[in-house]
Amino acid sequence: MLKFRLEERAKSPYWLIIVSPFIAIIVAIILAGILIILAGANPFNSYYHLIIGAFGSKNSVAETLARATPIILTGLAASIAFRAKFWNIGAEGQLYFGALATTFFGTGLVVLPSTLMIPFLFIMGALAGGLLLLPLVLLKLYYKVDEVVTTLLLNFVVVLLVSYLLEGPWKDPMSLGWPQGKSVIDEGVLPQVLSKTRLHLGFIISIFLAFSIWFVLKKTVIGYRIKSVGLNSAAASHAGIPIFKTVLVVAILSGGMAGMAGVTETAGLKGYLTLDLSPGFGYAGIAVAMLANLNPIGVIFSGIFLASIYVGADSMSRAMNVPTYLADVIVALTVLCVLLSLIFVHYKILFFGTKKDD
Amino acid sequence: MTRLLKVEKITKKFGNFYANNDISFEVKKGEVLAVLGENGAGKTTLMNILFGHYTPDAGSVQFEGKAIEFGNTNNAIKLGIGMVHQHFTLAENLTVLENIIIGSRSIFSLSLPKRQARIKILELSKKFGLLIDPDELVANLSVSEKQRIEILKTLFLDCKLLILDEPTAALTPQETDALFATIRNMIKSGLSVILISHKLNEILAVSDRIIVLRNGSSVGETDTNSAVREKIAEMIVGKKIDYPKKTKIPRKSRVLSLLDVSYSETDVPSLNAVNLNLYGGQILGIAGVAGNGQTTLAKILSGHLKPTQGKIVINEAGSVYISPKSFMNLGVAYIPEDRNSDGIVGDMEIWENAIMTEMDNLCFRNRLGIINKRTSFDRSKDLCAAYDVRMQSIRQRSRLLSGGNVQKLLLGRWLMRKPKIIIACQPTRGLDEGAIASIQKLLLEAQQNGSAIILISEDLDELLSLSDDITVMYKGMLSDPIETTTTNKLTIGLQMAGDGF
Repeated sequence: MLKFRLEERAKSPYWLIIVSPFIAIIVAIILAGILIILAGANPFNSYYHLIIGAFGSKNSVAETLARATPIILTGLAASIAFRAKFWNIGAEGQLYFGALATTFFGTGLVVLPSTLMIPFLFIMGALAGGLLLLPLVLLKLYYKVDEVVTTLLLNFVVVLLVSYLLEGPWKDPMSLGWPQGKSVIDEGVLPQVLSKTRLHLGFIISIFLAFSIWFVLKKTVIGYRIKSVGLNSAAASHAGIPIFKTVLVVAILSGGMAGMAGVTETAGLKGYLTLDLSPGFGYAGIAVAMLANLNPIGVIFSGIFLASIYVGADSMSRAMNVPTYLADVIVALTVLCVLLSLIFVHYKILFFGTKKDD
Repeated sequence: MTRLLKVEKITKKFGNFYANNDISFEVKKGEVLAVLGENGAGKTTLMNILFGHYTPDAGSVQFEGKAIEFGNTNNAIKLGIGMVHQHFTLAENLTVLENIIIGSRSIFSLSLPKRQARIKILELSKKFGLLIDPDELVANLSVSEKQRIEILKTLFLDCKLLILDEPTAALTPQETDALFATIRNMIKSGLSVILISHKLNEILAVSDRIIVLRNGSSVGETDTNSAVREKIAEMIVGKKIDYPKKTKIPRKSRVLSLLDVSYSETDVPSLNAVNLNLYGGQILGIAGVAGNGQTTLAKILSGHLKPTQGKIVINEAGSVYISPKSFMNLGVAYIPEDRNSDGIVGDMEIWENAIMTEMDNLCFRNRLGIINKRTSFDRSKDLCAAYDVRMQSIRQRSRLLSGGNVQKLLLGRWLMRKPKIIIACQPTRGLDEGAIASIQKLLLEAQQNGSAIILISEDLDELLSLSDDITVMYKGMLSDPIETTTTNKLTIGLQMAGDGF
């Protein structure tokens, strides 16, 4: 009988840290390929169409990057929070709250020149996302109310609030009866960065934010505090690190990132708030953060990866007549494989046989 | 006496590191074998091999003439090997009876044969002097009662060889004596015991034979009768131990006082109108059995808990804002009792842990909050050199350090701040002789440099040798301090059990 056992590595080799997610993705693609065969299509052709759909033309690349924008931001939201062991599952709600703030301030209430209007909207969106998370953090810190439950459930409250506002007081009278908000004024609309495509300034901003968050986490006292609180909050507090303040900062940063995802979608992609603004970008952010092993720079790549699968899956579905749900399956398999691959990064696997004496 | 266990040439490597190197010994029926050694000497690895947690790279173990199957705990239990770990493995929400029989049935069985079990347990409890109430909830029991259950658990499974890992770490002297009486009873009935401990006096009192491990190898074996304490201590460490010597220094002005401090909350042991005065240059020892409120007291003294009643005065200043940070800034240093879970962030590097208390110090960061790695690295290297923290590199993850080195790092981190008050909670618990001596020396040096120290310890020898005055904690109350020179172990032991409260 072959037995095996895990032994922790003192230090994981760098090449393994870099290579392992790619191997995980390849394994996930092979596994998903089996499902494509079961769906009655040729997996090689299907993947070809998926790649072409995501990167085959200027327009498809732009589409993929535009889709990646909110996922990178919600991925950052999850990365920051999860590093401090604050389980913010509420990026979806915070995204919509950011979108509400954009609609409230950006549709005529405040009029500024474009160079001020756009930063103003981002700040308001971030504040809205952070403020939504704030009471939940306080509940957790003062009364130990589990944040997984509160952040998750608040998502539904916020989505219903958006629905109420768009069906009622905030409904755009010019929308021919569709439940959508008023259009963001021209000064607030994020400019295109690639002409004749939907790729907007939000993408550049999300990349910039990823690098900024990386810098904060890696080089500053705040990042150091977040790390120590996440790894061992008891020890951190014994060394005089203020747990309360640190978790508060985490929540504001995390909620803020998700709120800004609402800004990019409202002021960048669509131009107005709709009920289907986010097809689960908040939840996708969790997968993105996990794929990137909570590394903010990694979030850029995993965000683009996820977006390319979603965008590519549409054209794969059209060309090969397979269900678009395969995109979700591929993403889910990838996350599972990457999490499994982390075991190989952190542990050595030792095989040994045992002889039976009797 | 017949041979029960024969261990032959056990070698266990982790990577290139030999945790056990060619270790051989025997245990006879009806004897107590003591295994001594520093942390990291390979005691626990060796026991884990016997108990079936690990598979050795070479060597064999025979139990009653049969080779044991490595890496199989069930097999070890079936053969009759029982182990009581230092940290108990009991389900707090079950009764004593349920805890004892829980492991004896398959998880798929739908019934628990409680009636027969109760008879057997009461029989065993009488035979070995392990008094328990089978229907009491485990959560309501004291440490020594829990230990009795752990021992009964192994006896219930008909063990012939009992392995006890640091069994006296949390017992009063009286409870320790009771445990030793039980061990002697077991020996009389033909059982054998392997005792792992670092308390030499106890080992000498109860064991028949001693083996000493150092750096994974067996370095000596002797009959207890012919053993000399100092010789064995040197064998353990591998060199002469420099025992710290206490010199009394004149008492200075009062630096800390508690006035009628009470604490009552459901989640921690309560405090009942505690009064305490601490003076500059004084070491005040607080004795007591674990769980009588010492941890609560330490947390209040370090600003982690706010007393529900009463007042804390530091440096004769008025009221203080209660937070770990503000106490730190007033010059309070706190060595928490559990150094791994409350002291160090194991997954952060040594340098990161070394500067954790200095996050507001502009030597190690600039005004924008960017950490200055160069000064941080220098400080960490200085700290490790000054306090003899043995490590490969300051970029190493901290949890790879041994217990003694972790404690030196934590203590050094505070001493570099020149604290006025040090609250040291069980500072040498679980450390080996050499590390204990270094930590005690550091504390005495701090006293010489003017720090006042509150030393909370369960080790009476330590309290008697370090402190100027001793007070005893019992059920949240604190006795009046007595000068150490006018008291003795027996009196304190009685007070620890509630005498005079």
